[in-house]
Amino acid sequence: MSAVLSVFRREFGAYFATPLAVVFLVIFLVLAGAFTFYLGNFYEAGQADLQAFFSFHPWLYLLLAPAVAMRLWAEERKSGTLELLLTLPLTPWQAVLGKFLAAWAFLGLALALTFPMWITVAWLGEPDHGVIAAGYIGSWLMAGAFLAVGGALSAATRSQVVAFILTVVLCLLLLLAGFPMALDLVRGWAPMPLVDALAGLSFLTHFQAITRGVLDLRDLVFFALCIGAWLWATVLVIDMKKAD
Amino acid sequence: MPALLLWEPEIPRYREKTPPMIEAHALHKRYGRLLAVDGISFKVEPGEVLGFLGPNGAGKSTTMKMIAGFLAPSAGTARVCGHDVVADSMAARRALGYLPEGAPAYGEMSPKAFLGFVADVRGLSGEHRRQRLDSVIGRLSLQGVLQQPIDTLSKGFKRRVGLAAAILHDPPALVLDEPTDGLDPNQKHEVRTLIRELARDRTVLLSTHILEEVEAVCSRAMIVARGKVLADSTPGELLARSRYQGAVSLLAADSIAARAALDGMPGVSGFQQEGAEGRLYVFPQGRPVSPEAVSARLRERGVAYSGLQPERGRLDEVFRRITTAEGQA
Repeated sequence: MSAVLSVFRREFGAYFATPLAVVFLVIFLVLAGAFTFYLGNFYEAGQADLQAFFSFHPWLYLLLAPAVAMRLWAEERKSGTLELLLTLPLTPWQAVLGKFLAAWAFLGLALALTFPMWITVAWLGEPDHGVIAAGYIGSWLMAGAFLAVGGALSAATRSQVVAFILTVVLCLLLLLAGFPMALDLVRGWAPMPLVDALAGLSFLTHFQAITRGVLDLRDLVFFALCIGAWLWATVLVIDMKKAD
Repeated sequence: MPALLLWEPEIPRYREKTPPMIEAHALHKRYGRLLAVDGISFKVEPGEVLGFLGPNGAGKSTTMKMIAGFLAPSAGTARVCGHDVVADSMAARRALGYLPEGAPAYGEMSPKAFLGFVADVRGLSGEHRRQRLDSVIGRLSLQGVLQQPIDTLSKGFKRRVGLAAAILHDPPALVLDEPTDGLDPNQKHEVRTLIRELARDRTVLLSTHILEEVEAVCSRAMIVARGKVLADSTPGELLARSRYQGAVSLLAADSIAARAALDGMPGVSGFQQEGAEGRLYVFPQGRPVSPEAVSARLRERGVAYSGLQPERGRLDEVFRRITTAEGQA
């Protein structure tokens, strides 16, 4: 456990070694705000909730989570530190977990810094704080799923750019799987159970369920399983591609 | 004759009581169709410094990566202090200090933070952790650069940071992959001195393709090419295989006359003229050629000469002969 913690601390610190972390946080906060107020018509809607805020999170993460995840393994591979890290007395699982948690904590920090949003609605009206809390939890879980996908793809290449692009494409597919437009395409010919299964795989479906304020165990388990499966894939990819 | 020399008899009997610190048994590594390591076996006894010599792509690094637990062997086993690197990987890693090729380190970190990270992962804590950190920082003279990002350090200092990380947990066995590669002559000298110092109370396996290094630091040398061990003996014994061992060289204005004078002299097997100044080498047959005898004979025949000197074996020649002869066979 202490090995996971050591990796976590180093990795989390690495984000702040350059001004990039601050730049990233600023972009995240500006975009989150801009989406909410301009695209989401936060004021015009006249509702004391954060639906407008959360509904753009999947698209925000689609761009920013791959940027956080791309360096996780590709950089280690490129600089040769992968060999150093994996010959220290820690298992691949400990290394993968430590790195993932660091990236997840970093996005968690970005998300936490959006707290003025919450204060704003609380000041303007009387929102349901439970729903907002659920929204934050759902958003963070979804961020974790994005990062887990990005980490696995980062382990597969030594180029951060390739890792970024592959992650954006794959995450887009995983998001769109639940979009009505995409589902309509399939609904025409596929049997209903397949359509449901496809929709069930989507980050969007599960995220929207949570932001409505329903903390269904199934949605939580979906994200947990999703993260676990992609971390497992990361371990496999690292093991397979060590020699490259 | 070379066939006899390929395998020196293993370890003398009196040493068998202490277990070998690093041991490889029929190691194989296959990358797709390429057999990078083809049945390498060896033992490094306590206190030995074994130099792994070989051309690029000989399988040196791959062998070391398997011993360090980075790559899994396709077949065969390796043990560090008796711990199998696959079955008991964590124990083997704890007993081993490993410097990967190029001494990779996290460039954005300072040596202090980097060594602290390695200490944490290795589970050092409290007083012991501080003591070990102070000890390696002092030993590798890193005090002056502790707070600087590693990326901004010179190559020599980077190498020292890598070495410091490798010996941080005071391992009984060290594996160093090309520790002096890419350094300038002063830095090379510095790192070699360090390795000699470290080797005083440790077992070291190091790889290099710089032959002088073997003479400078190793107590035993192994020549590897195309994934196989081609020779395993002391640097002295390897030198003895050179045809320059026991030869003498001289400068003669009239080299034809000098050759004619020395031709047929007992104990001389042949001549060769080399280099820009046309130095004449007189090769021995069996015993070393005596410079006195050569000088007496030349004087007797009235051949003018200068710069008569005994020669010693050349490792690069032995290396070339061993590593290329196999390819032609």
